[in-house]
Amino acid sequence: MPALWIRNARVIDPASKRDGTGDLFVRDGRLVARLSPAERKRARKIEAKGLVAAPGLVDIHVHFREPGQTHKETIGSGTRAAAAGGFTTVVCMPNTSPPADNAGTIQYILDAVRRDAVVKVLPTGCITIGMKGETLAPIGSLKRAGVVAITDDGDCVQSNELMRRAAEYARMFDLPVMDHCQDHSMTEGAVMNEGDVSIRLGLRGWPNAAEDLIVSRNVIISAYTGAHIHMQHISSARSVEIMRRAKADGVRVTAEATPHHIALTDAALSTYDTHFKMNPPLRTEADRQAIIAGLRDGTLDCVATDHAPHTDYEKDKEFDYAPNGILGLETALAVTLDVLVRQNRFRLSHVIDLMTAKPAALLGLPAGTLAEGAAADVCLFDPEETWTYNAKAGASKSSNSPWSGQTLRGRVHATLVDGRIAFALGAS
Amino acid sequence: MTWTRRHLITIEELSLLEIEQIHSTAAAFKKILGRSVKKVPALRGKTIVNLFLEPSTRTRMAFDMAAKRLSADVIAFDAASSSTQKGETLRDTAENIQALNADMIVIRHAAAGSPLYLSKILDIPVINAGDGSHEHPTQGLLDTFTMKEHLGSLKGRKVAILGDILFSRVARSNIHALRKMGADVTLVGPSTLVPHGFTALGARVSHDLKSALADADVVMLLRIQHERQGHRHFPSLGEYTSMFGLNKTRASWLNPKAIIMHPGPINRGVEIDSELADGERSVILEQVTNGIAVRMAVLYLCAGNQPEHVISSTQ
Repeated sequence: MPALWIRNARVIDPASKRDGTGDLFVRDGRLVARLSPAERKRARKIEAKGLVAAPGLVDIHVHFREPGQTHKETIGSGTRAAAAGGFTTVVCMPNTSPPADNAGTIQYILDAVRRDAVVKVLPTGCITIGMKGETLAPIGSLKRAGVVAITDDGDCVQSNELMRRAAEYARMFDLPVMDHCQDHSMTEGAVMNEGDVSIRLGLRGWPNAAEDLIVSRNVIISAYTGAHIHMQHISSARSVEIMRRAKADGVRVTAEATPHHIALTDAALSTYDTHFKMNPPLRTEADRQAIIAGLRDGTLDCVATDHAPHTDYEKDKEFDYAPNGILGLETALAVTLDVLVRQNRFRLSHVIDLMTAKPAALLGLPAGTLAEGAAADVCLFDPEETWTYNAKAGASKSSNSPWSGQTLRGRVHATLVDGRIAFALGAS
Repeated sequence: MTWTRRHLITIEELSLLEIEQIHSTAAAFKKILGRSVKKVPALRGKTIVNLFLEPSTRTRMAFDMAAKRLSADVIAFDAASSSTQKGETLRDTAENIQALNADMIVIRHAAAGSPLYLSKILDIPVINAGDGSHEHPTQGLLDTFTMKEHLGSLKGRKVAILGDILFSRVARSNIHALRKMGADVTLVGPSTLVPHGFTALGARVSHDLKSALADADVVMLLRIQHERQGHRHFPSLGEYTSMFGLNKTRASWLNPKAIIMHPGPINRGVEIDSELADGERSVILEQVTNGIAVRMAVLYLCAGNQPEHVISSTQ
C-alpha cells in the first residue's frame, strides 16, 4: 500500500493537544511523523485545505442488529453508516436476536465484522443470560471472546443484588459494566417523558426519577465494589447532578450523552411523530441544558449515539406501538457541532475530544488519537459546510431519523480506517 | 364565517368560534330529533365507517345513530374479528377502508395520537371518537352543549371535574372546551390521579373536595378506571369513595342550581351515590341524548357542509 499524505488540514487531536494547520502522513496504516522524499513522491495525496482532520470518531453505543434483525441493519450497513458519519471505531450492543450472552454469539459477530465491516467494531456482551436480569451471563468467557464491556442495554438489571454481583465479578476482568438506567416498576407502559407534554398528549410518562434512582443505585454499587459502572445515555438533570457528586467523591463511574438528548426536548412530540420516540425519552429544556453543562464540565464523559435502526414499517405506527430508537451515526457530528459549538460555544477541539479520545479512554480502546504510531483512523470534515440529510439515501438500512430532510451544518468528507478510505464524499 | 375543518381530532385545536358553530348546528339538529320523522337527507349517499378498535357502547351507538339520522350508510368495523387481529397495521386497515370508497372514518383507539396519525395518511375526514388518554372531542362538545342548555353562557361559571383526571380523555377535552368558553375549571381528586401538571392546561388542581365543590355550577364525575391504574394510584375503591365519592352531603356544597354530569359508564356507589345519579340535578341521560345531536353536527360539518345550511337542508 502506498503511503498517504493528507495536506494542509486543520489537524485537531485533543489527545496530543494538537490544533493547527498541517499535514498527516500514513505508512502501513499507521500515522508517522514524516515520509521520506521518495515516499512522498509516490504517496497518495489528499488535499484537505479547509477541512478539519480529526481522529476517527468513536461511538461506544450502537445497535447493528446482527444477528437476528438484519432487516433493520447489518454489520455491513451499520459500519458504512458509521464511516459516512466519520466514525472509525464503534461498540455494538448485545441486544441482538439471540442476545450476545455467550462466546459463540460474540464469535459470530466478530466473524461478520471481519467479513463485512468497513470500520472497527468491538462487541459488548450481556450482563445476564438472555438479558432477562435473572442469571449472570458467562462474563469471563465473553471477555475471552473479545467483549470490551458488558451491558443489558435496553433492559436495565433490576435486581440490586444481581447488579452488585455483576459489577464485582466484572471487575475481576477489568470489564466496565454499562447500564441503561431505568427502574422498570416506574415506567410500565411509558412512552415519553413524564411532564407537562405527556399530560397534554395523554401519553404514559417515563419519569426522570426512574433514571435517577438507578443512576444513584449504580453510584452506590460502584463505590461499594470498586467496579467501573458506565451510565448509558443520561437524559435527566438530576442524574447529571448525581454523577457530578459521585465524580467529586472519586467513584469509578462514567456517563455518556446522546446528540438527540442535547439537541431536542419532549416538545418535539406534539404531533406524535415516532421519529422522536426513544428510550430514555427526550426530556425538558432544563434537562437538555443540564446535560450540555455536564458535557462542558466533564461530569458526562462523552457523546454516544445510541444508533438504533428500525424499518419504516416498524416506526410507521401508533405512537404507543412504535419501537424506541432513532438513527444517529450519520448525523451525530453535525448535530453535536451545532448544539455544542455553535449554540453553546464549546471549543471545536473539546467536542472532538468528547467524540474521540474520551470515549476511547473510557473503555480503554486503542483509538481516538492522531499521535505518531497510532492507527491511521482519520475523520476529515468541513465544520461549516451545510448539507441536506436524506435518511433514505443514507448508508444505514433504516431511515428512522428525526433529522431526515433537514439542512445540517458540518459535513464529513472522508473517513480513513487504518489508512484506507472507508468513506469518501460523492464516491459511494 | 365558513366551516373549513375536515377532521375533528382535538378540541385543543378548535377555536371558540368553531365550538360555537358546532353547538349551534347541534341545536338545530336537536330540534329535528324531537320530531316524529327524525331523519334528514344531509349525508345521503355517504358511507361512514365506525372504526372502533377499543370497546365502546355509548359513543359507538351515538355515532351510529347520528350517521343514520343524517341518512348516511354506516359500516361498523369489528375489531375482534377484523384484520387487525391478524397483524394488519392501522395504516393498512385505514387505507383499505378508504379504498373501499368510505367517505369518512370515525375512530376510537386505545393509543393516543392515532386519529391525528390517520388524518395525515387519509384523504377522507377523520373523526376522533376517543384516543387513549388524550382527547374525546365529541364528548367535550356534548358536555359543554349540555352545560349551556342549563346555564346559558359558561363565562365565569365554575366547573369541578372530579375523579381520574390523569387517564381521562374526557377531562382533557372538557378542560380545553371550557377554558376556551371562559369557564373556571377545577380538577379534583387524589394527587396521584390529579397531578399538578394539569395547571399547564389552564385548570386549577385541588385535592380538597369541599373547597373545589363550593359554589360550583357543574360537577362532572369521571369513572375510576381501575383497569388502567393497576391498583397503584389509590389504596382501594372503598377509600376512594370515602374520600372523593359524591354523596348527598357533599352535593349540598354545590351551588343549589348546580348540575351533576357523568360521561358514563357509571360505577354506582363508587364515584357517585346511586340516588344522586338518578336525582333531579343529574343530567347524565341528557348528555347521552345530546351526544346524538352533537355528533350529527360534527359529521355534517366535517363532510363539508356549512352551519347556516342546516335548517334549509332539513326542511
